[in-house]
Amino acid sequence: MAATKLMLVDDEAPFVETMTKRLVRRGFEVVSAFSGPEALGLLKRLTDIDVVILDVKMPGMDGIEALREMKTAYPLLEVIMLTGHATVESAIEGMKLGAFDYLMKPCDMDQLLSKVQEAVAKKRRHEEKIIEAQMKEITLRRI
Amino acid sequence: MISKKHHDASYYRLLKTNMAFIIICVSLAPLIAIGVVALYNFQKSYYDKYVDHLETLVLKHKLQIDSFLTEKLADIKVLARVCSYEELSDEAFLQQRLEDLREEHEGTFVDLGVVRQDGFQVAYAGPFRLARVVYSEAEWFKQAMQSDSYISDVFLGMRGLPHFIVAVKKSRNGEEWILRATIDFMTFNSLVENIHVGRTGQAFILNRRGEFQTHRQTSRGNSLEFTLDFLTEPLGRNRVDVFEGADKVGKKIISVVTTLKEGSWLLIYQQYEADLLSDLYHTRQLALAIFLIGAATVMTTAFILSNRMVNHIIVTEREKEMMNEQVIEAGKLASLGELAAGIAHEINNPVAIMVEEAGWIGDLLEEEEFRESENLKEVKTSLDQIRVQGQRCKDITYKLLSFARKTDPQIKEVQLNELIEEVVNLSRQRAKYSNVRIEMNLAPDLPLIQVAPSEIQQVLLNLVNNSIDAMDKEGGTLGFVTRLEDRAVVVDVSDTGGGIPEANLPRIFDPFFTTKPVGKGTGLGLSICYGIIHKLGGEISVNSAVGIGTVFHVRLPLAKSATQDAGSLPGDTFPEMREAPSKTTSGVVPFPKRREESITGGQP
Repeated sequence: MAATKLMLVDDEAPFVETMTKRLVRRGFEVVSAFSGPEALGLLKRLTDIDVVILDVKMPGMDGIEALREMKTAYPLLEVIMLTGHATVESAIEGMKLGAFDYLMKPCDMDQLLSKVQEAVAKKRRHEEKIIEAQMKEITLRRI
Repeated sequence: MISKKHHDASYYRLLKTNMAFIIICVSLAPLIAIGVVALYNFQKSYYDKYVDHLETLVLKHKLQIDSFLTEKLADIKVLARVCSYEELSDEAFLQQRLEDLREEHEGTFVDLGVVRQDGFQVAYAGPFRLARVVYSEAEWFKQAMQSDSYISDVFLGMRGLPHFIVAVKKSRNGEEWILRATIDFMTFNSLVENIHVGRTGQAFILNRRGEFQTHRQTSRGNSLEFTLDFLTEPLGRNRVDVFEGADKVGKKIISVVTTLKEGSWLLIYQQYEADLLSDLYHTRQLALAIFLIGAATVMTTAFILSNRMVNHIIVTEREKEMMNEQVIEAGKLASLGELAAGIAHEINNPVAIMVEEAGWIGDLLEEEEFRESENLKEVKTSLDQIRVQGQRCKDITYKLLSFARKTDPQIKEVQLNELIEEVVNLSRQRAKYSNVRIEMNLAPDLPLIQVAPSEIQQVLLNLVNNSIDAMDKEGGTLGFVTRLEDRAVVVDVSDTGGGIPEANLPRIFDPFFTTKPVGKGTGLGLSICYGIIHKLGGEISVNSAVGIGTVFHVRLPLAKSATQDAGSLPGDTFPEMREAPSKTTSGVVPFPKRREESITGGQP
């Protein structure tokens, strides 16, 4: 089974670097971006990202904007939001736009990991359902 | 902070005086102007009318007197023409004629006489013994001989009584003779005597030499001396002239003069001007009295009004100052909130990084090379601390942020218990440092209230801070109780501090009242609380005992939706009120409902 591929998006470089190291150590494949546009660019090239961990407050394109674009372009992609300033409003907005969940910084590693696992599970189930439907469609085709 | 009074007592006094002064001037000036103008015009026209009236009166009497004289003369003329000299010389005949005349003109004719051209009276009919009298030297005779008809001045004559003569001259055979009649003076006098208006008016007739032809009414004052000046004036016939003069003591007199007997006599009517204008003076006095009363009223009213108004201004300015303070405080709070939001976010990022780094270190410690390290346990404990403290930073900043978020003054439906909990969270640390225990007894299912959340938090924070200050040295218990009472939500904030002395109790809500040392308290906290609570339609009250503690009761009205849901609530103590229809927007039937049934949304 392929390792879960994660993307970290945050403008705070030290945070991203340390988090990447910790996640890699725990067996994940991690890609990082430091801004919304950079993240979107990476997603175009890399099609096997499972979960995006996205900071809400970033200079330039902010997290909500990036989230919207991502969900529009890649609906199956799961996004977990990270926020440093806990406005319930932005969390709700994110959820409405299709984010999987949100966490507040500083976040607990175990908490993060469990959320990531849930997100991955959901994505996998989704993908399986699509394959099932495709297979059904094929088998029902009587030639 | 000392209270900033922008205006002091002398400013307000000046303001009162100015205001009163302006009101008085503006009110009285037109009054005076009207009074003066109206009275002046009234006086003038009154005077003119009066004088006109006198002129008319005098003229009327002139015509009357002139026609009297002409009439009498005409009678004699007719008599002289109709009867001959011989007939008239017969005394019996003359007597008969006299009787005729006297009958027709009741008593005007006194006697008749026929006089020869030498002055000898050949016949006489009348009451006096004047037969065979010679008039050759008499003034009237001389005058009568010079014209066809003649009316004499009043004189005493041979009879010694005032009378005047009406004479007609006829000629017979080249000789002239005179038929004369005497007119009764009293009748004539009464014509003139009856003319008077007012108390001092009198009329009389003078001849051109100033001799009285009628009785001088001496009881009416000495007015003769000054009248002579118009005897020399040319006076028109059939015309009335008005003269103004004064008597010996200076009192003004008005004289109306006209000519009689073709200019040889003067009919004069005189009256004191004061008498004439007595009504006018009376009116003037009345007007003056009214004006004075009016002016007094205006002045009193002006002072009272300006006093009241300026007092109102004082109160309003004070309130405005208080309001300004409140606005400043609210502003401070708001900007603090914004600052807090920015800071919180700024802090969380670095803290998150620190926690992550510590986590990474922890991960690395799992490596073989560190396993046997002596201080492994210590390092791990420290790393854990970092994590715990990072978490604490997060808690603190998030509490601050949630408080800052609620600074908008919009009124919403909120749950009081939640607001209380937030405030308590913020104050927990401070309470801990002051050795204060916090006790919460919040009623579950408390209905929502309709308030501006930031304002209620302001009030609660204020009460909490005051309570903690009161318990600062020895510590104590800070208690919160929320309950529903009489269709309102009540929160009791209590402390076991020093208590408020009874003397201060009525003043604690006054602005600028504080028992804290200068610089520590503005004295505005409770007065702002009072203002906020009352603005929201609630009440705030206090119970306190020195040495025991203090309780503040804050009563807040329910939110509209809460009153809708609760047709009748436990705690309603007035059964009548249940029967009255509750004002619900859905037009619910006004039967008393048990609370559990009426709250929608599922109640376990």
